[in-house]
Formats: sequence, C-alpha cells, structure tokens
Amino acid sequence: MSVLIFAELDEGKIKKSSQEAIFYGTKVAEMTGTSATAVIIGPADDAELASAGRFGATKVLHAADAKLTEPNGMAYATVVAAAAQQEGSKVIVLAKSSLADAMTARLAGKLKAGLAANVIELPNLSNGFQVKSSIYTGKAFAYNDLKADVKILAIKKNTITPEEEDATASVEAFAPILNDADFVISVKNTEKSSGDILLPEADLVVSAGRGLKGPENWGIVEDLAKALHAATACSKPVSDLDWRPHSEHVGQTGIKISPNLYIACGISGAIQHLAGVNSSKVIVVINKDADAPFFKSADYGIVGDVFDILPRLTKAVQAL
Amino acid sequence: MKILVCVTSVPDTTTKIAFTDNNTKLNKAGVTFITGPYDDYALARAVELKEKTGATITVLNVGEADSEPVIRKCLAIGADDAIRINAEPTDAYFVAEQIAAIAKENSYDLILMGRESIDYNGGQVHGIVGEMLGIPSISPVMLLDLDGDTAKITREIEGGKESLEAKLPLVLGCQEPIAEWKIPNMRGIMTARTKPLKVVEPTGTDKLTTVASYELPAPRGAVKMIPADSAETLIQLLHTEAKVI
Ligand SMILES: Cc1cc2nc3c(=O)[nH]c(=O)nc-3n(C[C@H](O)[C@H](O)[C@H](O)COP(=O)(O)OP(=O)(O)OC[C@H]3O[C@@H](n4cnc5c(N)ncnc54)[C@H](O)[C@@H]3O)c2cc1C
Repeated sequence: MSVLIFAELDEGKIKKSSQEAIFYGTKVAEMTGTSATAVIIGPADDAELASAGRFGATKVLHAADAKLTEPNGMAYATVVAAAAQQEGSKVIVLAKSSLADAMTARLAGKLKAGLAANVIELPNLSNGFQVKSSIYTGKAFAYNDLKADVKILAIKKNTITPEEEDATASVEAFAPILNDADFVISVKNTEKSSGDILLPEADLVVSAGRGLKGPENWGIVEDLAKALHAATACSKPVSDLDWRPHSEHVGQTGIKISPNLYIACGISGAIQHLAGVNSSKVIVVINKDADAPFFKSADYGIVGDVFDILPRLTKAVQAL
Repeated sequence: MKILVCVTSVPDTTTKIAFTDNNTKLNKAGVTFITGPYDDYALARAVELKEKTGATITVLNVGEADSEPVIRKCLAIGADDAIRINAEPTDAYFVAEQIAAIAKENSYDLILMGRESIDYNGGQVHGIVGEMLGIPSISPVMLLDLDGDTAKITREIEGGKESLEAKLPLVLGCQEPIAEWKIPNMRGIMTARTKPLKVVEPTGTDKLTTVASYELPAPRGAVKMIPADSAETLIQLLHTEAKVI
C-alpha cells in the first residue's frame, strides 16, 4: 500500500509542479506510514525518472507505451487507475494542470474517489481525512472531509516547497492493458509557443492590461519578463482583442495562477481579474491612476506610466 | 439532435464571499445568483447549434429551489425544457451521478457544461460524467463545430491549443471564445414561463466529500508605494526584502 503520485512530464522533464506533488505525496506517505510511488507516463530517460527520488518517491512506475506519447487524459486515467490498483493506493496525489484535470476527472469516475481540487495544505488526519482547498476562485477556503475509500488530492501550485535530498527512485517499466475506447479522440494539430516559460508553472509573472494600448507595445513587457526569467500574462480584454493569445489570460474566466511574484502593468484590478491572481505571494502594481483598485490588493505599488517605468525596471533587473 | 446543457447557479462574480453559522454556510444574504460564466458559454453555443441544426436543448441543474430563476433564464435564452435535480450540489461525484442518470434515460448527442463552476472550481464533473457514460470527455473547449456526427474541437492546452476530432456522443467542458454570451429578449422571457421545468429527486445519496467549514483569506498587508522617480528601488526591494527575485 503506498501513496501514488501522478507526475507529469513536459518535454521529457518532470514538471516543477509535479516535483511539488511528489514531495507532498511523500509527506502524506510519512504521515500514514507508507511509501511514495510515482507513476510517470510518456518518453523520459531513466535519470530523469529516477530523479523523482530527490523529492521523496522510492519507486517510479514508467508507462512508455508508444500510444501514450501524446498527452491524453482518458488513457492516462486508465494507466493511473491500474497503477493505483497494483500498489493498493488509497491516496492519489497530483498537481493541478490542464492535462491533470482531464485525467483526474476520469480517474475519480473509475475509482469512485473522493476528490479535493486546489488543495493548499497537508491533510489533517486527527479526525478522518481533512484537506484545505481554495474555493470561490481564491476568495475563500474550504476544509473538506474526504469520506471515500480512495482519495484524490489535486494540489495547487506553490502549496509546498520541496526539500531535495540526494536520492534516486527505483524505476520499473509499467505496461497496463490500455482501452481502445481511450484513444477515439484524434489530435489533428497542436500549436504551442515553444521555448517560453509555461504560465501555470512560472514562479514569476509579468502581466499587462489594456493600459499597454496595443499589441505592438508588448516588447517592454516581454523585455522585463525575459530579464526576470518570468512568464507573461494578460487581462481578459487584451486576449478578447486578440492582442495576446488566450492561453495568457488570467482571472476568473482565465487561468488561475499562484506565482511567487505577479507584476501587473496597466491593469485596473477588477475583481474578476484579481480572482485569478490573488493567491500570488507578492503582487506589484504599476498604474498611472493612483485610484486604480488594484493598489488595494498590492504589496508594492508605483503610480506611473508603464511606458516610462517598465524599461527602467528591466535595466535595474539586468544590473542586479 | 439532442443537447443537454448542465448549468450551475453560483454567486455573481463580484460577490464578496462571507459565511454564517460559525463558518459552515455561505451567507446568501444580498448575494445575486447567476448562471456559471463558463456554463453561459456552453448554453450560448448550444443555442447557435439549435439555430443551425434544429437541435433541442434541455437544461439541467442539480440544485435546490432557489436556483430556479437561473434555470428560467436559460429557458429564456433558448433552452426548450429544463430538469432540476432537487439536491445541494456540493460533491462533484454526486453531481455527476445525477447528470449521468438523466443522460442514460435520454441518450443525448452532446452534453455541454462549463469547464468548471466558479464556486468550488473543481472542473471535474464533465470528466466523471463521461466516465460514467463510457463516452469521451474533452475540456476546456474553445471552439466546437459539427460535421454530421463528427465534432471538430479546439481545446486549450498549457501554452497553446490543440485541434481534435471525435464522434458524438461527447461530454464537453466549455470556455470562451466558443460563443458570445446571449442575453434573453422579451419574447424569450415570456415564453420561458410556459416551458416545462421538471423537478426530480436525486438518486445515489452518498457524498464522497463534505465541507466541514469555510474560512476567508487573511487580508494582505498595506501596500508599500514607491515614487515613480525612484522606481528602480522596487527591484532592490523585491530582491532583498520580499526575496522573490
Ligand atoms: C463574468 C466576467 C468575467 C471576467 N473575467 C475576467 C478575467 O478572467 N480576467 C480579467 O482580467 N478580466 C475579467 N473580466 C473583465 C474585468 O471585469 C475587467 O474588465 C478587466 O479585468 C479590465 O482589464 P484591464 O485592467 O486590462 O483594462 P481597463 O479596465 O481598461 O484598465 C486599464 C488600466 O490601465 C491603466 N493605464 C492606462 N494607461 C496606462 C499607462 N500608460 N501606464 C500605466 N497604467 C495605464 C488605467 O489607469 C487602467 O487602470 C471579467 C468580467 C466579467 C463580467
């Protein structure tokens, strides 16, 4: 019986949020007197797979069937369910992500599992199994009692900071029987901006709104992001106007992020925008309007023109 | 073609969330309830498909009597009839069970819903329903077109998007820009009153999760303002004080 962690790959590397999930799962294993096993799907080399040990997993089940090269939530759920069965796992941990969401839902259906999404603390086991999660798009928290035999915890990014140790996990090939039905959706085309830092994974985010006036002005945002090794994001009107791709839109109806640093440039700070970014650890707001509501939710603020301030900040970062 | 659109009734996006009864219940006083914004996208696309293909739309809500205004609004926007499963929708598995039970009786070609509710933000119901019905589920769906019984779909992935094809029946979790939200017109509001709204009792009662209590986040400390003429100090403060860069 072990705690099972689904660790997700991005181009053959364990995602940072999955490293956090492995560490979280290892802590739950310690609390429940079991070990932590990670299940990893898709092509990756053995050294990378074994590196799950750095975050506390003792074993990695590697499913490398050629059919699993493309991320596919339905087939991944079949694999993880089979791994949970083999390991006798009653607790399954994973990092919340677009792929993990699709996978988790099918998995919960298969296992009749009690599920908590956006988990932000280790469980409390003193009286049953209780976890704290973020709800109302970051505006509140819930203490959830998970009553089902199998429990799935989808961890919000930046919930836990992994301590790394000098250890490797043993790697075992894992080849469960796959369902043909899981492969009926055919992928025709994938468009991905390559080389950029994935927004949901980013520790630092530079974001801009309608105050930038037009897509041709995004250079100053990108320059600061590049200097900081940050991802870029935007407000909803900016993606609605097609100034930036929809995958950068953060907020109530966009992506929810929780980076260590969120720098908002020329964004008013409407409640719907805040809803997607309010769990950032540090918020910086740059706006020429001293009455912009965003200043009320910021840690640091500058009243000023983004066209003047951003290039100066970029220079200051480069000088660090 | 038969489309089932599943909608949630949630506090308006601008609501300040507060709790009562020793932090065990949402304080509903003064809160306006709306259709989940993502569900609005699902419904709007269903109405467009109805206009094109003559499909029928049933709207389904798992909720208590106080969600009927939201259901009526969906009827005013263009759904043909409605079903309300009379239960509090707190647990994703339980809600999915209710939807799947209705879907098994009525073989829908498309089951559309929002990619997540904006109260519990689970984003799980569509996938669990798909699993229970043994049909594919796809989310978050940004574009949906039909070519006979083949759906052409664009789905958002991290850092990009993916084009997919799949045969109906399907369960989809929707988001923008799949369609423009629709506002009910006067005629829609009038006819909505006479459209059938069936109330049924839930099946399968065990909830796998329950919420013991709620909590509000601690307020952020006061903002530290930096004069524009020394904006560069921000970078020093982020480095030495906040230690985030
Ligand atoms: C149901 C619903 C869901 C929504 N979901 C989202 C969501 O997910 N995400 C989201 O972002 N919004 C969302 N919105 C929209 C939201 O309400 C706001 O309209 C939006 O966030 C405003 O974007 P903005 O701040 O970029 O633009 P604006 O409101 O136009 O603000 C621009 C800001 O830039 C400042 N500015 C202008 N020029 C300069 C300059 N040169 N230098 C510095 N500052 C400057 C202005 O002072 C102003 O504060 C939603 C709305 C609804 C109704």
